[in-house]
Amino acid sequence: MAREYETVIGLEVHVELATKTKIFCGCSTEFGGEPNTHTCPVCTGMPGSLPVLNKQVVEYAMAVGLAANCQINQYCKFDRKNYFYPDNPQNYQISQLYLPICHDGWLEIETGDGKKKVRIHEIHMEEDAGKLIHDEWEDCSLVDYNRSGVPLIEIVSEPDMRSAEEVIAYLEQLRMIAQYVGASDCKLQEGSMRADVNLSVREKGSDTFGTRTEMKNLNSFKAIARAIEGEQARQIDLLEEGKAVMQETRRWDDARGESYPMRSKEDAQDYRYFPDPDLPPVVISDEWMEQIRESLPELQPEKQARYEKEFSLPAYDASILTGTKKLADLFEATVALGSKPKKVSNWLMVETLRLLKEHGQEPEQIRFSPEHLAGLIAMTEDGSINSTVAKEVFEKVFEEDIDPEAYVTEHGLKTVNDAGALEEVVKKVLESNPKVVEEYRGGKEKVLGFLVGQVMKEMKGKANPAMAGELLKKLILE
Amino acid sequence: MDLMKLTAVQLSDKIKAGELSVEEAVKASLDAVREKDKTINAFITVDEEGALKRAAEVQKRIESGELSGPLAGVPVAVKDNICTRGLKTTCASKILYNFVPTYDAQAVENLEKAGMVIVGKTNMDEFAMGSTTETSFFGVTRNPANPEHVPGGSSGGSCAAVAAGEVLCALGSDTGGSIRQPSSFCGVTGMKPTYGAVSRYGLIAYGSSLDQIGPVAGNVTDCAALLQVIASHDKKDSTSVELEDYDFLGALQEDVSGMKIGIPREYFGEGLDAGVKAPILKAADILASHGAVVEEFDLGMLDYAIPAYYVIASAEASSNLERFDGVKYGYRAEDYEGLHDMYKKSRSEGFGPEVKRRIMLGSFVLSSGYYDAYYLKALRTKALIKQAFDKAFASYDMILAPAAPTAAPRLGESLSDPIQMYLGDIYTVSANLAGLPGITVPCGKDAKGLPVGMQLLGDCFSEKKLLRAAYTWERLYNSDRQDVQADGKGEA
Repeated sequence: MAREYETVIGLEVHVELATKTKIFCGCSTEFGGEPNTHTCPVCTGMPGSLPVLNKQVVEYAMAVGLAANCQINQYCKFDRKNYFYPDNPQNYQISQLYLPICHDGWLEIETGDGKKKVRIHEIHMEEDAGKLIHDEWEDCSLVDYNRSGVPLIEIVSEPDMRSAEEVIAYLEQLRMIAQYVGASDCKLQEGSMRADVNLSVREKGSDTFGTRTEMKNLNSFKAIARAIEGEQARQIDLLEEGKAVMQETRRWDDARGESYPMRSKEDAQDYRYFPDPDLPPVVISDEWMEQIRESLPELQPEKQARYEKEFSLPAYDASILTGTKKLADLFEATVALGSKPKKVSNWLMVETLRLLKEHGQEPEQIRFSPEHLAGLIAMTEDGSINSTVAKEVFEKVFEEDIDPEAYVTEHGLKTVNDAGALEEVVKKVLESNPKVVEEYRGGKEKVLGFLVGQVMKEMKGKANPAMAGELLKKLILE
Repeated sequence: MDLMKLTAVQLSDKIKAGELSVEEAVKASLDAVREKDKTINAFITVDEEGALKRAAEVQKRIESGELSGPLAGVPVAVKDNICTRGLKTTCASKILYNFVPTYDAQAVENLEKAGMVIVGKTNMDEFAMGSTTETSFFGVTRNPANPEHVPGGSSGGSCAAVAAGEVLCALGSDTGGSIRQPSSFCGVTGMKPTYGAVSRYGLIAYGSSLDQIGPVAGNVTDCAALLQVIASHDKKDSTSVELEDYDFLGALQEDVSGMKIGIPREYFGEGLDAGVKAPILKAADILASHGAVVEEFDLGMLDYAIPAYYVIASAEASSNLERFDGVKYGYRAEDYEGLHDMYKKSRSEGFGPEVKRRIMLGSFVLSSGYYDAYYLKALRTKALIKQAFDKAFASYDMILAPAAPTAAPRLGESLSDPIQMYLGDIYTVSANLAGLPGITVPCGKDAKGLPVGMQLLGDCFSEKKLLRAAYTWERLYNSDRQDVQADGKGEA
């Protein structure tokens, strides 16, 4: 009988914090910008320069930690991680090893198998490195230190996940928390959220871990899911062939759907961590911690419960809407403009998510304003456009954030509510479809839809389908 | 009038009174450098053009009444590990032979705010690692008291420049005695302030938790004045401390009555040269005869100071010096293949043997498997040393000690035996480990006629007490020098 395997996964997630300035100097963290324009002696590692901690970094890290049920180390320290690479101007990275700011937390995730807790080992603060650009033409490498010193937190989970689905659910929870507390925008495509996957497989029922590999270069949830599937298959194949899994770091090539070894355990560097003597320990008072705890916004579970109660939304709708801050904010802003909650929910849950999927986008990339969604909903409510037209117009709203009312007027898409004009068309349709009319009379009621369709066609989609249906029935039965 | 025979405060007073110009003062200093530095080699860089240009600016600001501080218009030298914008800052190393900072150290900014004029950058042991100024890439500095002898180190250039009268005062840095020991060897007054009193921003780090910039001068008053200029609370340095009082000149009273001075027995035991011991103990007697309460006591922990210091300083240095890699500034090897070869060759060719020794030592004590046994143990030892001092300062206002076991050794004697050289730091490193202030003032000469200084160590932020005692001692010493000659022959 074939052996059954279980996959064991732990994640190291880097989240870039949304501070305006870098972690140890006053330089801007803005994305883009000409190379080496957001730099100073501190973030370029000039001799004699010294780091000064940005307090906002501590507050964001604490907020994420508290939201993720972590314990806070009220006495925490920065350590130097020593390694030579040109993207790291000091040749050491200031990070936290011995006393990280947060430890022992958990997040609850929900998958097809139900709910479960994923434990968080620790969260620590650190600085990002610069960017190397390899100029093949000139055969040289250039360094851009604009990213050097941008604040990061690294969230290290326990090896509690067992499938790609659980990993994605965990990442979504984490992203949601970071966004909710305002600590990060967590844009995977801009690299403001990055995950390294530690994965091993073992025979089902075993209580010891197999040899793990660490996978890097994962830039989207899809890539992460594919990398996990790929790596677990690779490790199982090795075990099935009686070979050993090597402890190593691998790089995932999403285009090829394969991973490659980057460095083995033997090449593992000794980072010679030690407390950074330039930075005094960070002492977090009870008051400071409570202040951050109190300033935490309503988090997803409370928000979901409130949506169910206050807006009478089904649990499913409420969970999807609150699943990303962008959707929740959009929902509430649109409802605040007077739209019915269930209607807003439907537009977001159905059309918006469909279009996002079609465009391969994340909810954070939604561009349209709540005003324009509310305007569209108002037009469907008062019958000035029908649902077919509404969907068409919504696509325009979604893509270009157009003003739906102006658009409808400009393109003459308003539903014709003129009873006389409708009656004329209905009569015409009945006359030209005597057979269908007979079938309806014979009890085949569903052919009414066909007749409504014909009316709509005649009126170039501008009829009110409900009114058309009523009128058709009335005239047939007369 | 030989301007270089005045004190710095007197020189500034004359400038402010309009009796002489800043340019005359700066020229007098530059002339002295030109004449004496051929032998002494106290300077790595002399900035004649910049100094004269700046002299004219300072002159205007003094005339307009904008500058009236105690050292306005005074020429000053700066140790070459302290960054000066637009002026080469080499750390006496090949690896930074061409490095020109784009920013000033905070201490340098403070000098400029006070209207002082930097005439040049002084020689030192490479990256401040050494006790003789012989490990400099730019050649050795000679001791003005006897050019066959070293000036001490690592701030040997600053101390020799002051001793030779090339400048009246200078900035040094002290990580394990690098101001106090060469001050003793050269016969000048030098002070290591409390850790955090002077900003380290722009000081190229050797051992970050130990490094401190401090003043070197020809007398206690100038030393106090220069400390007053450079000490400041600086937000750019997270270890900088705001002091309650920056009026160090106000501390200069001739009065030690009732002051309790402790003499640690173990500092005067085996290993201390008799020619050093005699003038220091004599000085203690004189202070006692003027009202100080002088007592011997057991400080403890002395045997552990050197190992703890070399573990911590080297560990920090191994990391601090990683940034010198040939990528961004400084020396890069000419021929290399690939990144790692470039790193290896640039650093192998750029650093001298003493720096490499400490980088290796530091990398070793931080490496996994050894961290607990060496680095952590050294940190615990450091805490115990601090406790020993806390206990001492519960009973004494200050501790009186030698600054070094011997007077200045001859050139070439020290480097061949690094362990022996490290042991020479025994009386100075504890103050750095505990963050304490210390001052060295001349107190006599040894049998060969080489200067001997005595060191006063105080509790954190007790600079004013130390300055008062040193000032009192200086007045007594100057009024009756014959009494304190070790050889009894009188000063040449």
